Amino acid sequence: MREKTTEPLVRIRGVHKSFGSLEVLKGIDLDVDQGEVCVLLGRSGSGKSTLLRCINHLEGLNDGEIHVGGERIGYERRRDHLLPMTSRQAARQRQNIGMVFQRFNLFAHRTVLENVMEAPIYVAKRPRKEVKREALELLERVGLADKPAAYPAMLSGGQQQRVAIARALAMHPALMLFDEPTSALDPELVGEVLTVIQDLARSGMTMIVVTHEISFAREVADTAVFMDGGLVVEKGPPSEILSDPSDPRTRTFLSRVLKETA
Amino acid sequence: MASATADPIGESSLPIRKRPKLVQWALIAVLGLVVAAGAFSVVNNENFGWPIVFEYFTSPRILSGLVRTLHLTALSMAIGIVLGVILALMHMSRNRFVQSIAWAYIWFFRGTPVFVQLLFWGSISALYPKLILGLPFGGPAWLEMSANDLITPYIAAVLGLGLNEAAYMAEIVRAGIKSVDRGQSEAATALGMPDGLTTRRVVLPQAMRVIIPPTGNQLIGMLKTSSLVAVLAYPELLYSAQLIYAVNYQTIPLLITASLWYLLITSVLSVGQYYLERHFGRSEARSSLEAR
Ligand SMILES: Nc1ncnc2c1ncn2[C@@H]1O[C@H](COP(=O)(O)OP(=O)(O)OP(=O)(O)O)[C@@H](O)[C@H]1O
Ligand SMILES: [Mg+2]
Repeated sequence: MREKTTEPLVRIRGVHKSFGSLEVLKGIDLDVDQGEVCVLLGRSGSGKSTLLRCINHLEGLNDGEIHVGGERIGYERRRDHLLPMTSRQAARQRQNIGMVFQRFNLFAHRTVLENVMEAPIYVAKRPRKEVKREALELLERVGLADKPAAYPAMLSGGQQQRVAIARALAMHPALMLFDEPTSALDPELVGEVLTVIQDLARSGMTMIVVTHEISFAREVADTAVFMDGGLVVEKGPPSEILSDPSDPRTRTFLSRVLKETA
Repeated sequence: MASATADPIGESSLPIRKRPKLVQWALIAVLGLVVAAGAFSVVNNENFGWPIVFEYFTSPRILSGLVRTLHLTALSMAIGIVLGVILALMHMSRNRFVQSIAWAYIWFFRGTPVFVQLLFWGSISALYPKLILGLPFGGPAWLEMSANDLITPYIAAVLGLGLNEAAYMAEIVRAGIKSVDRGQSEAATALGMPDGLTTRRVVLPQAMRVIIPPTGNQLIGMLKTSSLVAVLAYPELLYSAQLIYAVNYQTIPLLITASLWYLLITSVLSVGQYYLERHFGRSEARSSLEAR
């Protein structure tokens, strides 16, 4: 076990989020340590994606607070209240948080290499030469060194998702968010993407991963979090949560997911 | 089927012939005759005045009219595109008030004839004899000009055509932007791109594929619509021709001269549009061919 030296990288306290009259998050508390791999489980509609999107402020909060790396996300503190940040400030905070989507969302009009180089050059304003060298290294790391000139539509889903991971890593994020990174893939392509994520976990990256891949969670995660109805129902080491869940909702969910994948 | 039994399969291999298309040939013959008769009359009817058509085709007054037409078309189109993009972004803004301003603009300019709009701009001085730059509601004025001096026929023409075009371009740009998957801008935002950069580097370039073809049509339309500014006595191509035939009464030949120029330029533009579309459609064709 890693020892806890500093305060958690991600601190989520009392987060509430509604869409109109629908309350999707009903008071989430969650800490994720530096270097920790946290897997979010829960059935469809339980609010997993919404929670991820709140962490990089793609969605604003109705109540509660989120800190990443000691910095409050999305809001500025005034003496006795909080003000939403300007979109520019929020954009700056997102540079530090990588996100990988279920549907890859690679820039369709740019090549693989351009996809990876886009943000470091135009957002971080780093020199092109250095960015290119590093982008090629990243592509090598995700096993796509031979595809820099390909357009996303020429690639398989698994390859696209690996490019998307490289693209996120190119900004040197302190935290990576994965929203069902393998759910849109053909079964035979799931492995190659999970391997990349697993390598990333070994390298010490802090990650929050929404997934239905129970065996992946068991192998890679330090913490498994089970969400239901907009609340964290259960949280602990995956060996406990996934093998011997105490909450009946976790048990139902697990038996259903395991039946599906069996 | 009864005949099927009378036509056994595989006894001998029969060659396949083309079915004779008699009706089709007859129609083509009639059509050919009509076209030939029409062409014959066009060439031989002296009222067309072909020598005069070609005499004026490259005359300095017609050519300078042509240059003004091209200039007017390009400038109005440029205004239309820039303002159209702004209106499209306003229309898609999250702010209701900003949205409704764009909506009202488009509603007004698309809902009234461009001819009437041109007439309005041409007689703006009847509405506002003086144009004043200063604070509104009777505040201090810094600059005061007579509307007649400021809104020349040229300015009226550019304003009339450009502002009208913006309304149409706004709809075209909006359709283009909406055609880009939301995941694209979401991914850009998640990478830390500010909104403006996301629009410029991710959304608009991908919207181009949808925006370019109708914009080509608009450009060709604008070339022809610009002839309406003849009503403002601005000597573009058509009005130049009108000025000439007002003196020499060769109405038909000069209208043909002008039409031939319009036809020539629209043909060139169509060819250009073809290549532009091919260029922007390319990455799509390539990717759909090689996908999977
Ligand atoms: N932008 C939105 N506007 C309105 N409702 C939304 C929005 N985003 C999500 N919701 C609703 O919030 C609820 C939770 O959605 P969320 O995507 O967070 O669930 P999830 O746990 O990720 O589910 P899944 O496993 O299907 O991805 C759902 O009922 C969804 O319909
Ligand atoms: Mg989800």
